[in-house]
Amino acid sequence: MSFLKIRDLSVVLRGTRHRLLRNVSLDVAATEVMGLVGESGAGKSMIGKALLGILPRSAQVVSGTIELEGVDLLTLPPRQRRTLIGQRAALIPQDPLTALNPSRRIRPQITDRLVDILGWDRARANTRAEEILNEVQIAAPDRVLGSYPHELSGGMRQRILIASAFAAEPRLIVADEPTTALDVTVQKQILKLIHEMQALHGTALLFVTHDLGVVAKICQRLTVLYGGLVVEEADVRAFFRGPAHAYSRALLAATPRHSDPEADLTPVPEPVIAAVQEQVLAADRSWSHA
Amino acid sequence: MPDLYQVQDLHLSLPDMTRKPLFGAAPRIEILKGLTFDIPKGQVLGIVGGSGSGKSTLGRAMVRLLEPTSGRVLFDGQDITHRDEGGLRPLRRRFQMIFQDPMSSLNPRQTVARIIAAPLSLHGLPDPSARALDALERVGLPRSFGNRFPHQLSGGQRQRIGIARAIALNPDFILADEIVSGLDVSSQAQVLSILRDLVRDMGLTLAFISHDLSVIRRLCDRVLVLHQGRIVEDAGCEALFANPQAAYTRELLDAIPDPDPENAWFARA
Repeated sequence: MSFLKIRDLSVVLRGTRHRLLRNVSLDVAATEVMGLVGESGAGKSMIGKALLGILPRSAQVVSGTIELEGVDLLTLPPRQRRTLIGQRAALIPQDPLTALNPSRRIRPQITDRLVDILGWDRARANTRAEEILNEVQIAAPDRVLGSYPHELSGGMRQRILIASAFAAEPRLIVADEPTTALDVTVQKQILKLIHEMQALHGTALLFVTHDLGVVAKICQRLTVLYGGLVVEEADVRAFFRGPAHAYSRALLAATPRHSDPEADLTPVPEPVIAAVQEQVLAADRSWSHA
Repeated sequence: MPDLYQVQDLHLSLPDMTRKPLFGAAPRIEILKGLTFDIPKGQVLGIVGGSGSGKSTLGRAMVRLLEPTSGRVLFDGQDITHRDEGGLRPLRRRFQMIFQDPMSSLNPRQTVARIIAAPLSLHGLPDPSARALDALERVGLPRSFGNRFPHQLSGGQRQRIGIARAIALNPDFILADEIVSGLDVSSQAQVLSILRDLVRDMGLTLAFISHDLSVIRRLCDRVLVLHQGRIVEDAGCEALFANPQAAYTRELLDAIPDPDPENAWFARA
C-alpha cells in the first residue's frame, strides 16, 4: 500500500467544466521525496492544495480520491478531515513574508497549531518550538521566538516556516516553491536544510517547483505536469539521463546546464506544445463522455 | 573599441527611512561604495550579485533614474553624473531600460501598440505607430498583437513588449534588469535568444543584470560580480567560469542547482 495515493483527481474552476487538474494519479511512498514540476499554470501547486484541503474558493474537486495512509481524505467529514490533515501533513509555503502574520510574534505562530489542532498544552508546545528551532540551526531560539517577522531576514523566516512544518512530526510535507523568492546562496542553504530535516525525520515530501535543477538535487522521483495533466512520472536518475516524454525532453533542453555551457537553450518547440495540448484535449474528450 | 560607458569611483547613498528620527534627516545608507569600470561599445556585460548587492541601484544610476552621490558616470564621453532632466532628455533616447516585472512596467489600460509608440512620440520621432509595429516584428511577435492589452499576453510575450519598447527608439545602450527571472524556462530561452540576435543585428551595447550566473553565461562577454556594493570580480565570461578568483564568485557558482542528480552537491556548502 502506498503511503499517499492519488487517483483520477480532477479539479475544475467552480461553476464551469474547465479542468485545472485532469485525472491526476500519483503515488508517494513513506519517506520518499517526489518533485512536482511544470511551467506556470501546469497545476503543480494545485495538487498540494487539494491534498491539504486549502484549494482557493474558485477551485473545486469534482472526482477522484486522495488516500493518505489508506484513508480517503475527500470522503471524510470536514472537521475530521482537518484534524487528520493537521496531524499527518504540513505545508512549507513559497513566500516567507506573506505566510507569517506581520502583527504577531513568531512563538504563537508556531505553537497555535500544536495547541488548537493537536490539543497539546501551551508548555509542551513552547518547549517543542524551541527544540525545533534548534534543529533548523537557529542560534538564539528564545530571541527569535519573541521577534516579529519584519525583524528577521528572508532566509531566517523561511527557516522558521520549515521548523513550523516539522514541529508536529507530520508524515507528509508539501513544499510549495519554498526557495523561489530567495537568493541562490540562501536557496542552497534552505534546500540543504529541507533535505537534512526530511532525512532525519523520515517525512514524505511533495516538492513543488518549476526548477528542474532543484528537482535533480533534492528529489528521488518526479512528476511532470502540463495543463493539469501528468505527462511523465519517473525516477530522477533515469529522467536526467533521458526523459521519456517529448515535452519533458524539451523542458530539460530549455534549462541552463552548467556542465554543458555551449549548448544553446531552446524554447519548447511549437510542435511539441501542439502535441501535448492535443493530449490534454483527448483527455477532456474521454472525460466528458464518461 | 571606444568606451560607451565610463564609470569612475561611483558612490551612491540613500536615506534610510526605517531609522529616520521624527525630526531631522534620516541617516544615509551607503549602497554603492566606489565602483569603477568601463563598457566598450558592443559589449554584453553581465552584472551579477545577491539581493542587496547594489546591482539594480548601479543600473539605475547608469541610466540616471538615480543621481550618484559622488564619482562620475560618462555616457559616450559626456558626463551625466549630475545632469538635470532637461540636459538628460536628448540623451535619454540613446540609453533604454527593460524592467523586471512587465506587469507593472506596462500600462494595463493601453494597447501594446500605444505602449511601444508612447516614448517614440515623446522623443519626437516620425511615424510612431508604424515604428511600434516594426519593433513588434523584431521581437518575433505578429503585428496584430498591437491591438492587445498586456493582460491578454503570457509572461514571455509581455517581456518581449518591454524589449520592443526599448529597441523601437534605436538606442545605443540597453539596461536589462532581471528580465527573465519571473519567466518559465521555455520563455526564458526565447527571450535570451531574441536579445542575443538584437544585440548582434543592431550593434547594441547591453548591461544584463541577473542573480543567475547560468543565464549570464549564455549571453554575456564579460561579468561584474557585485557584493555589498563593491565589485569583487571583473572578468571575461569564460575566465570567470573556468577560474573564479573571488570567494564570493565561487560561492555563487557552487550554489547553482545544475539539472544533474549528484549527491555531493549538499556536501559542498
